[in-house]
Amino acid sequence: MRDLISGALKGQGADYVEIHFEESQSTSIAYRGERLEEISRARNSGGNVRALVRGSWGFVSFNHLDGLRDKVALAVKEARLASREPLKLFPMEPVVDTVIPQLKQDATDIPLSTKKELLDSYNDIMLSNPKIQSTRINYRDGRRQRTFASSEGSYIEQSKTDLALRLAAIASEDNEVQQAGLSLGSDGEFSTVEGLHEQAGEVARRAAALLSAPQAKGGEYTVILDPVLAGVFAHEAFGHLSESDFVYQNENLRQVMVLGKKFGGKHLNIIDDPTIPNLRGSYKYDDEGTPTKKNYLIREGVLEGRLHSRETAAKMNESATGNARAINYLFSPIVRMSNTFITPGNASLEEMLGDIEEGVYVKDWYGGTTSLEMFTFSAGEAYMIRRGKLAELLRPVVLTGNVFTTLQNIDAIGNDLGMNQGGGCGKGGQAPLPVSNGSPHIRIRHCVIGGR
Amino acid sequence: MEHLEEVLRSARKEAEQSEVFSVSSRATPIQFEANELKQVQTKESTSTGLRIFRKGRIGFATASGGGDVGALVEMAVETSQFGSPSGFQFPFGQDYSEVSTFDPEVDKIAMERMVEMGKELIARIRGHTPDILCDVQVTRGTSSISFINSQGGEGKYDKSFFSLSLEGILVRDTDMLFVGDGESSCRPDFVETDGLADRIIWQLEMAKKKAAVSTGLLPVIFTPIGVASALMSPLMLAFNGKTVLEGASPLKDKLGEQVFDKRLSLWDDATIAYGVGSYPFDDEGVSGRCLPLFTNGVVTNFLYDLQTASLAGTQSTGNGQRAGGGFPRPGISSLILSGGDVPFKSMVEDMKEGLIVEQLMGADQGNILGGDFGGNVLLGYKVENGEIVGRVKDTMIAGNVYQVLKELRSIGRETRWVGGILQTPHLYCSGVSVSTKGS
Repeated sequence: MRDLISGALKGQGADYVEIHFEESQSTSIAYRGERLEEISRARNSGGNVRALVRGSWGFVSFNHLDGLRDKVALAVKEARLASREPLKLFPMEPVVDTVIPQLKQDATDIPLSTKKELLDSYNDIMLSNPKIQSTRINYRDGRRQRTFASSEGSYIEQSKTDLALRLAAIASEDNEVQQAGLSLGSDGEFSTVEGLHEQAGEVARRAAALLSAPQAKGGEYTVILDPVLAGVFAHEAFGHLSESDFVYQNENLRQVMVLGKKFGGKHLNIIDDPTIPNLRGSYKYDDEGTPTKKNYLIREGVLEGRLHSRETAAKMNESATGNARAINYLFSPIVRMSNTFITPGNASLEEMLGDIEEGVYVKDWYGGTTSLEMFTFSAGEAYMIRRGKLAELLRPVVLTGNVFTTLQNIDAIGNDLGMNQGGGCGKGGQAPLPVSNGSPHIRIRHCVIGGR
Repeated sequence: MEHLEEVLRSARKEAEQSEVFSVSSRATPIQFEANELKQVQTKESTSTGLRIFRKGRIGFATASGGGDVGALVEMAVETSQFGSPSGFQFPFGQDYSEVSTFDPEVDKIAMERMVEMGKELIARIRGHTPDILCDVQVTRGTSSISFINSQGGEGKYDKSFFSLSLEGILVRDTDMLFVGDGESSCRPDFVETDGLADRIIWQLEMAKKKAAVSTGLLPVIFTPIGVASALMSPLMLAFNGKTVLEGASPLKDKLGEQVFDKRLSLWDDATIAYGVGSYPFDDEGVSGRCLPLFTNGVVTNFLYDLQTASLAGTQSTGNGQRAGGGFPRPGISSLILSGGDVPFKSMVEDMKEGLIVEQLMGADQGNILGGDFGGNVLLGYKVENGEIVGRVKDTMIAGNVYQVLKELRSIGRETRWVGGILQTPHLYCSGVSVSTKGS
């Protein structure tokens, strides 16, 4: 295959050409209530060609490698349709390498019967709670073997596994319906999803308790976020703003996101790091073949860096960071996060709670989205804080705000970093991309909570 | 068809019943980023799904690209050991009423012409607001859908697709304004650049000034885009046969009951000529149809696929859909919400203080199963004494569709398509909870 690909890359009249090819397989299991509703396996193979001519891209995706030279020629023709400013990609040394994951217990090798037995046991626990009307379990594991080759001489083969699980319980009484859930994942290590029996019971208890919980009164509060939700905040509210494809052609936004600008207190550090071993967002080379490294986005409250592809780095005169990722061969790589987190400070949760007269403690995530400066995310679990103590359970709440104001309003950062590997990230129609995010507990003053 | 028949032959050796479903598609999306043409793409893909009943249980596998027949059958057999019981038959139909879903003109539109359309649209928007940054996507595509099953069922149709959409961002210091809209159809001549440009320019015009609304219960007008972004997710979840079957839908025992405003009707229609969501048969080979979901506020039907229908003791409504080629589930084709008699202008004039919601961010995050909607108003305008005075910021709304749609103040006269799959008027509601920063 290497000869075939190398041959197709030659003499095509483009400034740069790259070819991706991948083979993947996956297993999905879904429960709804007592029923195992869907169990399926999939095998996919396909690839794409990306060609750069005078600053514009052509892209062709395909299922079969035959006629590869013609596919390259079509991508070059497409690229010639546009005429943007000529562009030199951020320079890179060609890389030849092979990357294979090291796992103790690879989920893709575990027999289906073992997976089913385990999920059955979680489902039984949740359903045994009398107030639980139904459940949802979604399990998915998969493996992708990718080959990347460029006209600059890179040839990289990478294999990556991924695993995601969500358990949810739906409680109902009279005409009320409430739900609670738990999301987690791993780099394919199966033990991550084992032994969750106690948590499954807790999910059911929480859904049941929500039936009689009051709704928060909408308005401004002092809010404490748990590590999961604070991680989502780091990812959604700030992480996406650090993706340079949002910034590089937008002069106004460039002025907002000036390196060296102060965004928060000295205690605030936000990092994106694909090199941490064994997290869902970890990888050695991105989908442009760029080797990865640890990137400070905010260091001591000051904007220090952002996430780049080779194109955005060249346009902004900064360095490529290894964050160009594509969810599969049907898409071009775009700037994405990896493992994004707020580093720990020194406050304990008790200290943070201590001087709050009335506030809200929000835990766990249910979803989150952002439109550059504005973010909203919802907490799976919320409690009132009264006179420095956790008080009654609340219905799920939605938090919203302006990220710049909110970062300045973080007045305490905990000492208890936790990484969340549930869910996945969506951008430009590419979802869910394996990422992780994390944080210690953080406290935010003047945060708007939606409610009735 | 040849490949499908080969898979079916091989599967029949292992299974009591088998079904092979395949989609081949080719799309050409053209993307403009920050007012400039960024990328032209050609995407080709073929995927095949095999569903079998083996020893009374359902097995399912999919493959794209080089996946060989043997591997596909093997995976389906493996999953069938644990699959749910097969309580239904694959349909034996072959004669489907014709539904127009293909326009050969789509393939004749040159990439160069699509580039021109994108440029014209951007030029019109920048003619109004020169410093706006527009991301535009112009897409044409065709796909071929076919299936065959062991019960004699067989079908094939072609579909074309054309769409044009724009998202604009206007950044001033740390203030960002997002506008946007789009059009799509199976017929390229139904996609109209001028009307699209007019609607986006209207958004920019209304958002020129900023205004602050009060915190509290306020009347709210949802524009057609607002209806799509705020209200449809909880409703569709409740009408999904699966939600009804498990007893989690608030509508589960409401068939025949008045639940919504009596002036309002909603139906799902797979037979609309050149509708993006239209089809002669669904992804399981069941005929597409026009299905009333509620009529004059009275709940009439839920959406079913074959498996869910058999478990619920009813018939498929022709709504079996395979998102991304996956396992069939109940889903909508095209939704139509009936229009009313009040012009948008009169709704605005009726308001003393209120909010117009165009785009809601994070609307699907709350307890949508219970009918809750809520989120940040990404694009919305304040109304004061019957006039739109400017765009709101840092504002959240929260409500429940069953409360809000039970009694509407009025229903708009003008209806339009949003995203090619929902046709809706403006809806004027009272008593939506609004919270805003600093009040």
